[in-house]
Amino acid sequence: MPINYYIFFCLALFSIGMVGVLTRRNAIIIFMCIELMLNAVNLLLVAFSKMHNGIAAAAANNPPSTVGGDGQIFVFFIMVVAAAEVSVGLAIIVMMYRNIHSVDINFLNRLKN
Amino acid sequence: MSHLVFLVPLFPLLGFLINGLGRNLLSKKSIGAIGTGAVLLSFLVSIQLFLQVLQGGGGVDTLFYLFKTPELSIPFAFQVDALSALFLLIITGIGSLIHLYSTAYMHDESAPHFARYFAYLNLFVFSMLLLVLGSGFVIMFIGWEGVGLCSYLLIGYWFTNNDYNYAARKAFVMNRIGDLGFLLAIFWIISKLGTTEYAGVLAGVSKLSSSDITAITLLLFVGAMGKSAQIPLYTWLPDAMAGPTPVSALIHAATMVTAGIYMIARTNLLYTMAPFTQSLVAIIGLATALFAATIALRQNDIKKVLAYSTVSQLGYMFLGLGVGAYTGAVFHVMTHAFFKALLFLGAGSVIHAMHHEQDIRKMGGLQKRLPHTHLTFLLGCLAIAGIPPFSGFFSKDEILSAALQANPIFYVLGLIGALLTAFYMFRLYTLTFLGNARFQEDPHHAVHESPWQMVLPLYVLAILSVAGGWIGIPEWILPHAHRLEELLQPIFAGSAALTQEHSHLTHAQEWMLTGAATLLIMVAVIFAIRSASKHVPSSDPASGFSGLLENKWYIDELYDNAIVKPLQAFANLLKNTIEKSGIDALVNGVGKLVHYGGRQMRLVQSGQVGNYILIMVLSMVVFLLIWFNDSTLMKFLHSFFS
Repeated sequence: MPINYYIFFCLALFSIGMVGVLTRRNAIIIFMCIELMLNAVNLLLVAFSKMHNGIAAAAANNPPSTVGGDGQIFVFFIMVVAAAEVSVGLAIIVMMYRNIHSVDINFLNRLKN
Repeated sequence: MSHLVFLVPLFPLLGFLINGLGRNLLSKKSIGAIGTGAVLLSFLVSIQLFLQVLQGGGGVDTLFYLFKTPELSIPFAFQVDALSALFLLIITGIGSLIHLYSTAYMHDESAPHFARYFAYLNLFVFSMLLLVLGSGFVIMFIGWEGVGLCSYLLIGYWFTNNDYNYAARKAFVMNRIGDLGFLLAIFWIISKLGTTEYAGVLAGVSKLSSSDITAITLLLFVGAMGKSAQIPLYTWLPDAMAGPTPVSALIHAATMVTAGIYMIARTNLLYTMAPFTQSLVAIIGLATALFAATIALRQNDIKKVLAYSTVSQLGYMFLGLGVGAYTGAVFHVMTHAFFKALLFLGAGSVIHAMHHEQDIRKMGGLQKRLPHTHLTFLLGCLAIAGIPPFSGFFSKDEILSAALQANPIFYVLGLIGALLTAFYMFRLYTLTFLGNARFQEDPHHAVHESPWQMVLPLYVLAILSVAGGWIGIPEWILPHAHRLEELLQPIFAGSAALTQEHSHLTHAQEWMLTGAATLLIMVAVIFAIRSASKHVPSSDPASGFSGLLENKWYIDELYDNAIVKPLQAFANLLKNTIEKSGIDALVNGVGKLVHYGGRQMRLVQSGQVGNYILIMVLSMVVFLLIWFNDSTLMKFLHSFFS
């Protein structure tokens, strides 16, 4: 499939995630959207790595090279970071719920005063 | 020896610094000694310089340069010649006598104020010496401003009295109006001639057009009008009598007010080349002489009579300058310094004896009680009236002869002025000294003669008033006896070359005219004595024509309504409308704007997390667009939209 499809698809996913983060009120939904953004970026990285791999192999006619392999490696890093961040974020949400019995972010305007 | 000329102003300057800075430390005796000694030392050096000039010495002595560029250089230099040496003698001689007099007159003051008085007086002498010694207009102007300042300081010496402060301010402001004219003249000279030195200006006179010369001389005369109290800038001088009497004697009789005459005498060549200005000088001088004399007829304060007399005599000096009798004018400056200082000091002696009573209607009968004061005051009155062989006769006669040759009307009016002078002076003399005492004599504060420090200067000045005229004996009395004219001949040589000497009177005619004039003056004197003996002016305010004279022709009120009040109204307008509503509003408005902006900016911080995230995201987008603004990204984006 032409690479454009992958790129547009990831762009759409990222935008949906972005809009979700900005618009939604529920903290857990916001987290889901953040995850959505991260996964969209993962997909994009993999697509680009495949794109560069294909071009290099066709050009050099070498034994299979690892050009663009770092894109796929980086995906693992992102996944690790996402996992860590989710754990911390959910812990914060749990604490928040224990205090105010709600996960509505508009409740958090304590910074105003 | 002319290198020692800097000592002359240096001594009074040191005296000013020592007395001024040490006013809380020194005793009254030492303060008086330092003050008087400083001026006395200057007098001794001045005698040296004068003797040098008599032997043909003198010259310009440059100390340093105030301003030195290729286009214009202004040196701080002293010029010693006949005119400045003569004025030096007058200033330092009479100055030291007055300092001596002041040690007794001001002895009631506390030590710091006593020191303040002497410091100011020394500063005044310093400034006046700068004025006459300066080799150019700029140094003269420094001295000019300095004497104006000291006049202000000394008139307002008793600063706790607000009326005196007002008089001091009035004197200073009127002086300043004249100074503006002087400054403009200096600027004009610099722009046309590129130099401010007398030598340079007089040499470069041929480069000036006649309108230039007229303008410069007019502007210089405006300066002289302010400093030497001519119409219309004379009203400060009678009010300046608020200062201590020795101050009135020194500043407002003998020295500061003669600065204008000195200036015109210095630039006599320019004036001779500007006949329009010369006529104006003569007319204003004559008008002032008559006008002030009429006011003096009805004044009842001893110092005010002398003040108006000073204004009147200054008018005579300007009349002399205006008709080309430069030597006569300078001669009159000299003799006037002698007898006017004498009269003022005598008045001071009377005031001191009468415990600060100054109204002559409350005096009388002082002849027996104050013998020395009486004798010297009488000699002074005879001198000012112009009775031969006293000094005033010779100088006044010289001016009037020159006036006759210029325009007979000037002579007639001048003669009328002389008669008025004789009249009011002898009215003053009679009311003060003759007759019976019109006051209650308090046995605790007896009326007694003044101490020697006050009487000695009176006698010295009396001798000078009597004999001072004998250096200027005119041709028709004794040929080749006019010493003063010989002395000042190099100064006025330029003017003499330009004017034609037309003395179309024979010696016999001169004798007759002078004889007639003297007779008329003596008649006026006798008339004054008789009228004042019989008829003491009442204490009620006068009405009718006498009231007009007694109230100084209401000139002060005229100035107040025509000039001062509109200026104050204008200033109030500026203060309230433009300053408060305009400029203040603008400046405060800036502050208010900053406040408002701050308030609005504060609302960005809503505390809502969603808002913050939105702003973060938008900023990131903008950032990315700007940073990654290279062609591949842009082409990629454009491929969507095109």
